[in-house]
Amino acid sequence: MRLVHAKNLTKTYRAGDVDVPAVRGVDFAIEAGSFVAFVGPSGSGKSTLLNMIGCLDHPSGGALTVLDTDVAKLDRRAAAEFRGKNIGFIFQDFNLIPVLTAYENIEYPLIMVQNWPPAKRHQRVTNMLQAVGMEAQAHKRPDQLSGGQKQRVAVARALVADSKLVLADEPTANLDHDTAYRILELMKKMRGELGTTFIFSTHDPKIMREAEVIFTLEDGRLLTSKNHE
Amino acid sequence: MNKIMEIAARNLLRYQRRTLLTSMLIVIGVVAVLLFVAITGSFKQMMVGQITDSMLGHAQIHRRGYVASIESLPLNMNMPPAMVARVTKALEEEPMIEAVAPRVKFGAMFSNYTETTSVRVNGIDPETEVKVTPLLAERQLDGERKGPLLKRGEMLVPVLVARGLKVQAGDTVVLIATNKDGSVNGKNFVIRGSLESATGPGGRDSYIHIDDARELLRMAQPDVSEFVVRVKDAQKVEAVSARLAESVGGLTNKEGRPMLEVHPWQRLSPFANIANMIDMLTLAIKVMLVSIVLVAVMNVMVMAVYERIREIGAISAIGTPPSRILALFLAEGLMLGVLGTVVGVLLSLGAIYALNIWKITFAFGQQQGLLLAPAIAARDVVVIAGMVIVVAILASLQPALKASRMDPMTALRHV
Repeated sequence: MRLVHAKNLTKTYRAGDVDVPAVRGVDFAIEAGSFVAFVGPSGSGKSTLLNMIGCLDHPSGGALTVLDTDVAKLDRRAAAEFRGKNIGFIFQDFNLIPVLTAYENIEYPLIMVQNWPPAKRHQRVTNMLQAVGMEAQAHKRPDQLSGGQKQRVAVARALVADSKLVLADEPTANLDHDTAYRILELMKKMRGELGTTFIFSTHDPKIMREAEVIFTLEDGRLLTSKNHE
Repeated sequence: MNKIMEIAARNLLRYQRRTLLTSMLIVIGVVAVLLFVAITGSFKQMMVGQITDSMLGHAQIHRRGYVASIESLPLNMNMPPAMVARVTKALEEEPMIEAVAPRVKFGAMFSNYTETTSVRVNGIDPETEVKVTPLLAERQLDGERKGPLLKRGEMLVPVLVARGLKVQAGDTVVLIATNKDGSVNGKNFVIRGSLESATGPGGRDSYIHIDDARELLRMAQPDVSEFVVRVKDAQKVEAVSARLAESVGGLTNKEGRPMLEVHPWQRLSPFANIANMIDMLTLAIKVMLVSIVLVAVMNVMVMAVYERIREIGAISAIGTPPSRILALFLAEGLMLGVLGTVVGVLLSLGAIYALNIWKITFAFGQQQGLLLAPAIAARDVVVIAGMVIVVAILASLQPALKASRMDPMTALRHV
């Protein structure tokens, strides 16, 4: 089943009087449950692609469907609702909410984005904390956690609301080698358990090695796509 | 909603010093306004009470044109018995009236047989007069104070006139007056006591019994110069006056114009302008409070949004609806307002209580040692508290709207 499908997808930014093409007519399809990496040098367009798939940015041309929805047609409110229901995000800088504990950060989408009943919510958050190995740090705030622990919480937050798709923009860039490896293993494990599709933008060779599908970008064009399986 | 309030509270605690400073500004503003309202309000109430309860009454009814020429106290503008009966009927039908007293007023020469001066004479019915001006008896400085305010043949004279003419309680004096027909008559009176002036050194109002006044003026019929009215609720004087004006308005002259006028005390005393000024000052200080709260809260919320742009981007990216982001920041403004208001109200009530214990006194005109008793109505507290909280929310609105409309991608890229 195709989860994401792009056809002749373009994105052009306006910088003063100049049009700057970030993505130039790319075509790709991503199957549900896959572990996909967009790779390429800085400025190649991988983050732009991720933003468009995540409904954070609108395509300038072409077609992009995510979960059978033409995301180009979503307005701000509808895009927020679509993201809340279907997409989880993992950021390079973790972007946890500083005033909330690890438990509350994971719980946040279930309260503020969806509206889960308390008992079900508690059960789900507890399960996610166990799944990412953070039960002992449940009541710590982000400033009391290491980088790896923060990213574990971010992974749990991205998955807690049964997201069908997780977008991770350079998720290991701020982590040391061992921690990055453990986070990657965690994401693979969660993919195995939940069947969630993971799409990364990365420079990290570890992720490239683990990805089942790699799309290589340069100057906004898709150069190659490689299937490790 | 609870979670939004909880997160908002934690965000405020994240910047403790800033929250504390902003709340303190609101507290200072609330305390200043409530104390000002309490002190000026009680000052105004006391002054109004002094003027109405010792001299004017709450309202007066005159024949049309009488007040305009009151300096000459024209006897030809007194109300004849038929008119008096009409007014009495209208007054009896008004349920908000507590008491009514008739007066006969005229100018006279006051003599101690060696010196003479002019006085304004109020012929009063002592029984009803004390009901409409209950503080009048307290203005009596010497002489007999027990029993009725006045007996027939007695006179209460202004203290400055008594001192000037060197008369005292028990002395016999003579009043000489010209009646409506132009004939002059005189009558002896015994000084019952001297009266402290309610309005300052210029006061020349003296009091005699209304029957003595009519006798002195050789009135063929019991005319009345004015009716003094006391209403049950002093806050409703103008409304009651308007109703009375309507009910006595049916009495018209040949040209069809009303023959009677009803004047609430505000139109009879220049102190009404001072009372209005106090109200204007109160309004001005309320505007200052609104400005303080507006600037303080808006400043904090603008800073809060600016410092948390990436955080806003993250919560927006994971799907938080714009309405909830808006609610989150409005909740922070609301909490700042509520915190400052609650502390401010508590401090103000404590300060008002303390001022009542310490008992502040002041002088007004000739009257010394008036006790200031600051008090504030629950309605005023609720209105001011509500105003501060609403302004705090309004001040948060612009930053909150900005946060809720922020493009998540741009916000996430913010450095």
